[in-house]
Amino acid sequence: MIGENQDIVFIVWAYVGVGVATLGLIGWVWLQSRRVKHKLAALEAQGIRRRSAGSPT
Amino acid sequence: MAVDSTVSKPNWFSRLAHPGNFMGWSKPVLVPLAVVTALVFAVGLYYAFFNSPADYQMGETVRIMYVHVPNAWLSQFVYGVMFVASLGTLVWRHPLADVAAKAAAPLGAVFTAIALYSGSLWGRPTWGTFWEWDGRMTSTLILLFIYVGIIALWRAFDDQLRAARIVAVVTLVGALDIPVVKFSVDWWNTLHQPESIFTTTGPHMPMSLLTPLFIMMLAFTLLFVFLQFVAMRTEILRRRADSLGRQAAARGAA
Repeated sequence: MIGENQDIVFIVWAYVGVGVATLGLIGWVWLQSRRVKHKLAALEAQGIRRRSAGSPT
Repeated sequence: MAVDSTVSKPNWFSRLAHPGNFMGWSKPVLVPLAVVTALVFAVGLYYAFFNSPADYQMGETVRIMYVHVPNAWLSQFVYGVMFVASLGTLVWRHPLADVAAKAAAPLGAVFTAIALYSGSLWGRPTWGTFWEWDGRMTSTLILLFIYVGIIALWRAFDDQLRAARIVAVVTLVGALDIPVVKFSVDWWNTLHQPESIFTTTGPHMPMSLLTPLFIMMLAFTLLFVFLQFVAMRTEILRRRADSLGRQAAARGAA
């Protein structure tokens, strides 16, 4: 159980920093994924498709 | 029609790791994996804050270990993934190998940066300094520079297949730093404490501290697997988009 401690500030900064960096990493990966999916959707909307994707009906 | 019986069918791993198949089987895995990761994090954080004692020497600051050690572990594990993927690129020319290597590099860089950050915050109250140029810390900083260099190299090439081979060679050479990181605390008299978890004589730590540590290590490792899958899927789609972009440009030029 966490108690009164003069070093509490280091624990707080460690967890806050790790939390921000981890959430930032998750956000960055998600944003990259979203951006690429939008780009692909825009190309397919122009009628440009992979040969393996079949012809648009 | 004659059938060539010498042509063998691809094995299960080749089929599983084919980019098209990977896109198929990895999609339904993502949501359950995210849920399990979040649950393991919740349990790990509960143990870290409310169900583990203070250390007899370090006091409450031992709780920094629960975020520092998992990231330090991942800084080396992710490089191991890149190492195997680089072999896959150079030796087996596996189509998914360079995708895996490219996706892992930014993740490994962030985990390494977090390990350095949390380690320095742990070092100040326990050693009296944020930083010391000792073997473990310096070799981990070099590992971060190697990650950053590999990311820069990926971005320096338009031709990703050519980049993959060059990055693979650099990754294999850079792997020389991993044993230095791992064994630096044994080879040199460092400020960093010696190996106390994965030792030949077993962990030198009570179960009350090991339990939250292993749960948090599992949580961060699951997070890496989740992010790696998402990043690999993104990279495959990016290559498709680039290919379609070239196709569109060629159609426009014709």
